[in-house]
Amino acid sequence: MIQPQSVGTVAPQTARFTEPLPLRSGGTLNDYELVYETYGTLNAARSNAVLVCHALSGSHHVAGTYAGQPGSTGWWDNLVGPGKPLDTRKFFVIGVNNLGSCYGSSGPNTINPATGKLWGADFPFVTVEDWVHSQARLADLLGIERLAAVIGGSLGGMQALSWTLQYPERVGNAAVIASAPKLTAQNIAFNEVARQAILTDPDFHGGHYYEHGIVPERGLRLARMIGHITYLSDDAMAEKFGRSLRHGKAVYSYDVEFEIESYLRYQGEKFAGFFDANTYLLTTKALDYFDPAFEHGGNLNAALARATADFLVVSFSTDWRFAPERSREIVYALLHNRRNVSYAEIDSVAGHDSFLLDDARYHALLGAWFDRLEV
Amino acid sequence: MTAYRYDYDVITQWIEPGEKVLDLGCGDGSLLQHLMAVRQVQGYGVENDPDKLVSSIRSGINVIQMDMEKGLTGIESGFFDHVIMSLSLQAMHNTQGILAEMLRVGREAVVSFPNFGYWRHRQSILNGRMPVSESLPHQWYNTPNVRFFTIADFDALCDMNGIAVRERLAFDEGKLVLEEPNFLASVAVYRLGRNG
Repeated sequence: MIQPQSVGTVAPQTARFTEPLPLRSGGTLNDYELVYETYGTLNAARSNAVLVCHALSGSHHVAGTYAGQPGSTGWWDNLVGPGKPLDTRKFFVIGVNNLGSCYGSSGPNTINPATGKLWGADFPFVTVEDWVHSQARLADLLGIERLAAVIGGSLGGMQALSWTLQYPERVGNAAVIASAPKLTAQNIAFNEVARQAILTDPDFHGGHYYEHGIVPERGLRLARMIGHITYLSDDAMAEKFGRSLRHGKAVYSYDVEFEIESYLRYQGEKFAGFFDANTYLLTTKALDYFDPAFEHGGNLNAALARATADFLVVSFSTDWRFAPERSREIVYALLHNRRNVSYAEIDSVAGHDSFLLDDARYHALLGAWFDRLEV
Repeated sequence: MTAYRYDYDVITQWIEPGEKVLDLGCGDGSLLQHLMAVRQVQGYGVENDPDKLVSSIRSGINVIQMDMEKGLTGIESGFFDHVIMSLSLQAMHNTQGILAEMLRVGREAVVSFPNFGYWRHRQSILNGRMPVSESLPHQWYNTPNVRFFTIADFDALCDMNGIAVRERLAFDEGKLVLEEPNFLASVAVYRLGRNG
């Protein structure tokens, strides 16, 4: 054992693809780019690659920091690195930014090669399946025929699951964390409120706000505030903020009084400062559309029959946005198909956000799982 | 648990090669590892202790975290050939519920438990102290056991609940006991089925 370390200074790379990518929404991306990062070394047999799939607001920047940018630590840095659960001394780890995102891969805020103008609202709908398809092409480019594992949390977990269905022969293991086989009506409802906040912002301009030199910040702020409420648990919010009042007493104003208001406004503000509204819309729709059982008359057992990977499914006790029940649906459908599957429900107070935290038991579990993978 | 590996040998005899096996309270996964090695079973463990769960994952078995007190909801009826509970039944509150669930999801159930009617335990109680032995290693104040029953008690429960005792082997600290098991055996291993 060594002390867990950072992967150190990293730099993103860009891959350009000119083979058209057919999309489930009916369109085609003729020419697109994917931004990605890698950590560790691909072994001679090219058998030690692990793909990390990101969730709604994540990116290819999974671990490490960018040169000269303190505070630029990757979003899952506590998981990936030498001596960490996903150990880069053993594995070659790939983080890739999904299509439609706003962190460099082709998306609404990049140039449409056909017009020479920003895509904006014209960027086509992309789905979890499309992302996995494009990720497989990146694996081709990197000379990786078969991934040792795919791992993801939340929307990233949906991609990990989808990999095992779209490319069963190309993935050995899948870790599906704080995820679901499809969103519930309640979950879609939260996404819809967030989308309406953006769509009805006068600064949205039908998605072509770039041309007006403006960003629908109010909509983005509200969307993020709603999201944050659902990512935290009732208990975590009570513990962190309770009913604490900024002025120690009610002052009868719509300015910040309760600390929870301050927190939500801060999170909304911060998010609106860097995230793209069109990306938010596209990504929440991708979440809503994901439902591999749909083509099988709603039968998840039938949908997962294609999978051959070994699975680890993890949920968190206080996660009500992607509740443990939803993870269990995946587990029992895999069990029905006699797949190798392990399932853990981690006791945590932090709600959906738990999957990003470095809870000792959670990380011990992931470490044990990755340790036993043969590459 | 590892002190009682001899119940593993009995259990192994009752498992056919290639069976689907569920091990309730699988601990560090050692029984399933054994059955996978010598019987090529497709095994799944159930465990609710976070540390044991990590041990099971490390051993490479399939393990599903579940609170067995709430039953085996989600597992299809008749899915498993054998459902095993090795030396854990006495630590469960919902005794009848879990026995019913084992025989719902499995064709047969295999259960082993410490016999509180063992003569040394009776002697200990006659002497005024709760028994502590190889099969009951805990003190009364820190034991995980919540149900204290004998072979005769368990036979009566099976009879009452329509559970067929297909086979029963009893042991005195590892040695097979043929006479007076309720008095002379410290551990019993049962193979159970549904009547009719």
